[in-house]
Amino acid sequence: MKFKVNGHEVFASTGGRPFDKKKPLIIFVHGSGLTHMTWVLQTRYFAFHGYNSLAVDLPGHGLSSGKSLKSIEEMADWVSDVIDAVGHKEASLVGHSQGCLVTVECTSRYPNKIKTLSLMGGAGAIPMNPELLSLAENNDPKAVDLMMDWAHGPAGHFGGHPVPGLYHINTGTMLAKSRTIQNTLGVDFRACNNYKNGFEAAKKIKCPTLSILATDDKMCPIKEGKKLASLIDGSQVDIIDNCGHMMLLEEADRVLTVLKKFITTNYPPLSS
Amino acid sequence: MSDKKKELKPNTYKFDTLSLHAGYQPHKNAGSRQVPIYQTTSYLFDDVDHAAALFNLERGGHIYSRISNPTVGVLEERVASLEGGTAALATSSGMSAIFLTVMTLCEAGDHLVVSSQLYGGTVNLFRLTLPKFGIKCTFVKPRDTEGFKKAIQKNTKGIFGELVGNPGNEIMNMPEIAKIAHDAGIPLMVDATYQTPYLCKPFEHGADIVIHSLTKWMAGHGSSMAGILVEGGKFDWMQNDKFPTMTKPYDGYHGLSFAEEFGPTAFTMKARAEGMRDFGPCLSPQNAWNVLQGIETLSVRMKKHCSNAEEMVKYLSNHESVAWVSHPSAPNHPDAELANKLLPNGKGSMIAFGIKGGKDAGVAFINNVKLASHLANVGDTRTLVIHPASGTHSQMDEATLKFAGLSHDMIRLSVGIEDIDDIKNDFEIGFRAARKPRLVSNQ
Repeated sequence: MKFKVNGHEVFASTGGRPFDKKKPLIIFVHGSGLTHMTWVLQTRYFAFHGYNSLAVDLPGHGLSSGKSLKSIEEMADWVSDVIDAVGHKEASLVGHSQGCLVTVECTSRYPNKIKTLSLMGGAGAIPMNPELLSLAENNDPKAVDLMMDWAHGPAGHFGGHPVPGLYHINTGTMLAKSRTIQNTLGVDFRACNNYKNGFEAAKKIKCPTLSILATDDKMCPIKEGKKLASLIDGSQVDIIDNCGHMMLLEEADRVLTVLKKFITTNYPPLSS
Repeated sequence: MSDKKKELKPNTYKFDTLSLHAGYQPHKNAGSRQVPIYQTTSYLFDDVDHAAALFNLERGGHIYSRISNPTVGVLEERVASLEGGTAALATSSGMSAIFLTVMTLCEAGDHLVVSSQLYGGTVNLFRLTLPKFGIKCTFVKPRDTEGFKKAIQKNTKGIFGELVGNPGNEIMNMPEIAKIAHDAGIPLMVDATYQTPYLCKPFEHGADIVIHSLTKWMAGHGSSMAGILVEGGKFDWMQNDKFPTMTKPYDGYHGLSFAEEFGPTAFTMKARAEGMRDFGPCLSPQNAWNVLQGIETLSVRMKKHCSNAEEMVKYLSNHESVAWVSHPSAPNHPDAELANKLLPNGKGSMIAFGIKGGKDAGVAFINNVKLASHLANVGDTRTLVIHPASGTHSQMDEATLKFAGLSHDMIRLSVGIEDIDDIKNDFEIGFRAARKPRLVSNQ
């Protein structure tokens, strides 16, 4: 569906079901340079099971218009604005990678709006490799190739996509190259690199929180995810072995099973 | 010790490694080093919720082997990885891959621009069969790049061609034709069977969908029929309103928009969800496994195919019984420069040549070679020969043969990987017989 936030058109996948204001809202926030499509193996399930599932394209990404937001703080406020724009008072947030920084910051800023928080491949800070940052800011496609290499674990490199016939690394590459790299990945990487408030923001979070971490994550190493989780009261942690940073695709079923249990328990769906 | 900082390089697997490993992880299959053959029609659901989720495309997995199968899935991922594609869908033959591609793209009332130099079966599909579904085609000679542009109509939904035409070896200017297609907001579909991804990766030159008859060089052993369509993932289906079945809510899946939900894999998702469901030209797991065995040695075989072909081009070019030779490696080939650009790893192993003495000489040659096999296939590890005008393209009338660039003296040669001297010796037997056609025909 499309709607406007701050004057700019926003695209959000509704997981194949019409938006229904009566249903509780889950917002999925993608990682650096990516789009709503990274969530396809989670969003459709929730959409068919009593939720409004909104996998947003951040401004300037995917099918959303406008320019990419330059800081994690701006993105956090924007997520709050999305909740308002679709006519809801509260939501459950799910973030991946950079989306974790955004949703952690958003939850700390708007504690009354956010009912549960789910983090995948998260960390309190994501300092960027300077060369990778420079490549992305200079529109060099090698930045995407490096990111895809580091972001994928064995499933990404060897294959074995949960959806028959799809090949992880090439699909991710095409998603990241669908818009001008410096305007998406370059801006996002800089925003991640500049963000320093993650650990302080985490300490303020009081809602039920889940962290899904992967043993082979090179982008946000597992120890960083554990450190972040340790700062959030009562945070649940689920660790996936033999999996990389793109766990939402590499181990989509496992992620969905854990996420489903966590969200339906803490933020029940509208019963049919 | 050098102070020079090490340059960052992606460490993803390269072609030869992907040929052996892509699409498969042993530890997820009881440690089986070889890809298992999942000889089953269907798959257990965990519960009703799981079944519904699979049918709704909420999660990945297998339902019924007409739609997908784990062994076939390994093949699909492997070919997608080798081509640099986002996704692939394997089919029961190359022809069914072409048909499924067209039916995923087009509706009744649509139009395609098609290269005139194609395998005879493909010509008949576009010329005679697709019109029965309300899909019309305009044929353009492969070298007539401007002709492709002129042939595009308001209802044109794509351009289709073989990179190197069958059997005349004319080369389509893929980068320029891709630009023409993209300027018109339509995709370019390329049948790259003759090249395999070892010789050419069409996505790097602008193609959007690549099709293979896997029966040929990809498998190599000539034991199994198989086809595949591969998606490049770059084409923006939402850029215009030409592809409503990709971009608008689809009743067949609760109002799903394939382009919105699946983006760079939308075409393959639709081809599988709709095409395999409704047409069902699925690949058997046994044949998928057979093809995988061939792909493991693809680069090794292709090198030998190409070196043998280049030797045969030299041999035939200097032979007294040969009127002409067509192969992209020949310096006098009209597309030699384009071939060097598009086919840097080798020009393939398909040679067309004209035999002096015309049709009778051709028949005598074919009837007398012993090592080369006379059959309707190409891309086997063994050397194959056929006389197209009386074989693969025999269902064409005289005018269509001429338009397709076929002459009665033409012999199509698919060079195998035998010892090159044995192939040449065999051809000497054929040529000797061809010089005495009457005597041979009376034997």
